[in-house]
Amino acid sequence: MSLTDQLVQYLVTGVSIGVVYGVVGLGLTIIYNATGIINFAQGEFVMLGGMGAVALVNVGLPLPVAVAVAVAVVTGVGLAVERLAIRPLPATSIMTLIIATIGVSLVLKGGAKLLWGREAVILPPFSGTQPVRIGTAGIDPQRLWVMAVAVLSVIGVQSFFRYTLTGKAMQACAINRAAAQLVGININRMVSLSFALSAVVAALAGVVLTPVTMMRYSQGTTFTLTGFLAAVVGGLGNSLGAVVGGIMLGLLESLAGGFIDPLTGGMVSSGYNKAIALAVALLILWLRPQGLLGRQKKEAL
Amino acid sequence: MKSTQMKMLLGVVTALAIAVVLAGCPPAKTPQQALPLPPKPTPVAKPAGEPIKIGAVFSVTGRSSPLGDPEKKTALMLEEQVNDQGGVLGRPLEIIIKDDESVPDGAVKGANDLIEQGVVAIIGPSTTPSTMPLKEICQEAGVPLIACAAGKAITDPVASYVFAVPQTNALAVAKCFEYLEKEGIDRVASIYVANPYGEDGQNNIKAIAAEKGIKIVATETFGGDDTDMTTQLTKIKAAKPEALICWGTNPGPALITKQAKTIGLDVPILQSHGVANQKFIELAGEAANGVQLPAGRLIVWEQLPDDDPFKSLLEDFATAYEAKYGTAPNTFAGHAYDAFWIAVNAIETAGEADRAKVRDAIEQTEFMGTAGEFKYSPEDHNGLTLDAFVWVKIVDGAWQLIK
Amino acid sequence: MKPTRRPPPQAEHGSIVFRALGWLLLAAVVVAPIASGNGYLLTIAIFIGIHAIIAIGLGLLMGYAGQVSLGHAAFYGLGAYTTAILTTKAGIPPLGAMAAGIVLTAVVAVLLGAPTLRLHGHYLAMFTLGLGIIVQIIFNQARGLTGGFGGLMGIPPLGVGYWQLDTKPEFYIAVIAVLTVTILLANNLVHSRIGRALRALHESELAAALSGVDVARYKLLVFVISAMLASVAGSLYAHLLRFVSPDPFGFAFSVELLIMVVAGGARSVWGPVAGAALLTILGEVIAKTGEQIPWVADLDVILFGAVLTAVVIFLPQGLISLTSRLRRRSPTAPSTV
Repeated sequence: MSLTDQLVQYLVTGVSIGVVYGVVGLGLTIIYNATGIINFAQGEFVMLGGMGAVALVNVGLPLPVAVAVAVAVVTGVGLAVERLAIRPLPATSIMTLIIATIGVSLVLKGGAKLLWGREAVILPPFSGTQPVRIGTAGIDPQRLWVMAVAVLSVIGVQSFFRYTLTGKAMQACAINRAAAQLVGININRMVSLSFALSAVVAALAGVVLTPVTMMRYSQGTTFTLTGFLAAVVGGLGNSLGAVVGGIMLGLLESLAGGFIDPLTGGMVSSGYNKAIALAVALLILWLRPQGLLGRQKKEAL
Repeated sequence: MKSTQMKMLLGVVTALAIAVVLAGCPPAKTPQQALPLPPKPTPVAKPAGEPIKIGAVFSVTGRSSPLGDPEKKTALMLEEQVNDQGGVLGRPLEIIIKDDESVPDGAVKGANDLIEQGVVAIIGPSTTPSTMPLKEICQEAGVPLIACAAGKAITDPVASYVFAVPQTNALAVAKCFEYLEKEGIDRVASIYVANPYGEDGQNNIKAIAAEKGIKIVATETFGGDDTDMTTQLTKIKAAKPEALICWGTNPGPALITKQAKTIGLDVPILQSHGVANQKFIELAGEAANGVQLPAGRLIVWEQLPDDDPFKSLLEDFATAYEAKYGTAPNTFAGHAYDAFWIAVNAIETAGEADRAKVRDAIEQTEFMGTAGEFKYSPEDHNGLTLDAFVWVKIVDGAWQLIK
Repeated sequence: MKPTRRPPPQAEHGSIVFRALGWLLLAAVVVAPIASGNGYLLTIAIFIGIHAIIAIGLGLLMGYAGQVSLGHAAFYGLGAYTTAILTTKAGIPPLGAMAAGIVLTAVVAVLLGAPTLRLHGHYLAMFTLGLGIIVQIIFNQARGLTGGFGGLMGIPPLGVGYWQLDTKPEFYIAVIAVLTVTILLANNLVHSRIGRALRALHESELAAALSGVDVARYKLLVFVISAMLASVAGSLYAHLLRFVSPDPFGFAFSVELLIMVVAGGARSVWGPVAGAALLTILGEVIAKTGEQIPWVADLDVILFGAVLTAVVIFLPQGLISLTSRLRRRSPTAPSTV
């Protein structure tokens, strides 16, 4: 296997894992844009989508129906989370919001554990297991489904914000809540909608991911953390940025994994690849706090 | 979204939530009053008097739950069996199980609780990090500890009150190398899970490879929650090994088996006994076929010849476990089985529930268990003399014993 | 649960009898584990003490600097590993190793806090989260130094010269001593000029800045202090177990610490102490009940999450605010956490 062949495989791998970070980050961005909340339960939405679909397939529903129902249920969960845990909050400091959503993430995780147990579960692949070849590199066909969902999500979310009245209203909420309210936008409804939309994106991602990566009740935290970093690196609040940030993190991780230990003569083992990707991400943020695609926000006085 | 739609959605969610709560509640899990055990030939006297307590510390939840969960199930099942057959020394046996949540803090709290509750001995913990602090605690308190973890430091240096049942990583790795030598393979790659189980496996792989003159051309690790190992596998592929050894527990190894196929790494894949369970075949699907591994005899007891000295004991254990829990017991369940019986037998031998006397009895133990034949001595607290590993291959989604 | 109270802004309002009773009860609770002679109770009490030390620090950060750290377990781990490595590999005595750990975490905290605390928003949360993950990877991977996944053993007991704290009651007393010092320090800080400035800052960062308070510097100070306290707790932990391994220092523990602080109440020194006690005891109660009724054991995660969410919604000042309500018989004014 030549170095070029390896490089191609690393790039393919990097993109395919980065897209997952990105799509979770995209979901985070939707809520952040409407509310300024970092939803630490976002990863749990992904996990619920995947595990829910498996549970429904196991009771005998055909796959497409199971997928649809799972996404609908997670959307309901998203709405319920907003209604039951976010709206009643007496104060909305950043810290309070982070803590409330962490609480929600624990409840959802604990619920999944109680309901479906601790073992990993899996869905049948949507279109076989025959790997798709790119030169000598290979990619699981299911990964293409994941990428398709990511691309569709970005396009969908971008056009929603850009071309629909509701989308514009939602953005208005984020920019200036009081002003939005004055022009007659129902803030509560916008917030609810952002949770629902975000849950749809997350659940879809969870469903298409499960055949390649399996799903476990405890996996949500990892999704949230990586998605959060992707969103932040891309520029919090920028939906395209989240996906770009995610792909960048994925590439860093896979390239570091592939090359760090030959480059350092075995001094630094490839087990550090995630730490390296993360350190680079933090460095970027340190130098450019608004993220890669984010715009510098003016400080409100 | 219109508000009526929103209300409907909320209604649906509430209904679902209620359904979920109803479905998830108690009746599903009551191992205490499970299926009746296979009928016993002779009715025995009901145990009477103060119960004799044995403690257990297992990683029932957390990262190492693939080890601790079957261990807990085994201990509960055997407790019931012993009490159905007259108890220990005519007294009822009580197993108190502590979950360390896969961190040493939990093990320390659990063990202290057990010691205060007056247990005669402790079996477990499941992992080396949980066991290390207990080595000292049990030694100081004078409570025999029979560990189900494989770390070398547990029994080396020997602490008089601390024993271990598995020596499985060294023996399991040796089995893999027997296979490699037989096939004339001298370039091998390894990948292991980033936890003590994986690391111990890797240390043994390194040691035995050096001894046998087999070259390790690449070594990679993966995290327990990782879902994509193609980067590591690509590096391995580039190093051109003739076989790949993977050391880990579900679900990582199943993903590795699949992803090796995806990137076209077409060499024999050897797994550890950590995946010797049906879940691995379910998760890896088609890709599982052809995977070979060292496994306890437990998983293929039906295929053993009738004169195999382990067959009847494995049959009893496997059928009882399967009847009760609906799945076959794995290697770790076997560790709990061995530790449990060594403790119970030692109490019987000691003739009373006295910690020091029980310790002495354990040191005299000669016992046929799932992991092999145990023979402890003052110098050897690991005690396995004849291992019970066999070589197994997955064919058409089923385990096949290879002779 | 520990009887907990916080010095109210107008201390005169609390009756003297109430205060005396509170102190008596507190003394009884502190002495009880030793008096009982029960090794299990002592162990639990020691863990509560160690967790309370970190929680107080995190409480200062959250309650007074208005910032949240999602990686405090990393500072705890840095302290524990510094002690483990220096005592086992370099033969440095425990107190020296503990001091080295404090210095190391302070340096890391400054490097992390200095650039991020000048920014508004989620930056400290993000950087501490990242730090937590990176540190965890280093603990796992730097095998030569940390012993890798299997951990590092052979840590000596805490002590100076001939005076070795190698029994549980002795160790417990040491933990209580450190905890007491921590509480006194924290109280001092809260009532000092810095504390007042920080409180002003919490009300309105802009107003504080306009009145000449160097907001970022004070925030950094509190962050560094909270990291140092976590490091001390980590060193104590290493001496308690005489063994360290990476797992206890992950994101899960950072979240647990957060629950302790929020549940107890971040805007009082006693709140986090109460939170640490409450969470540890609740965990043990669930586990114990789970031994009898197996499905209860699986309730822990869901219950902790529910407690966290419920407290933020219904008791934003934490459970500790209940005691002042009781004392003053008047509801406290709702405010942020």
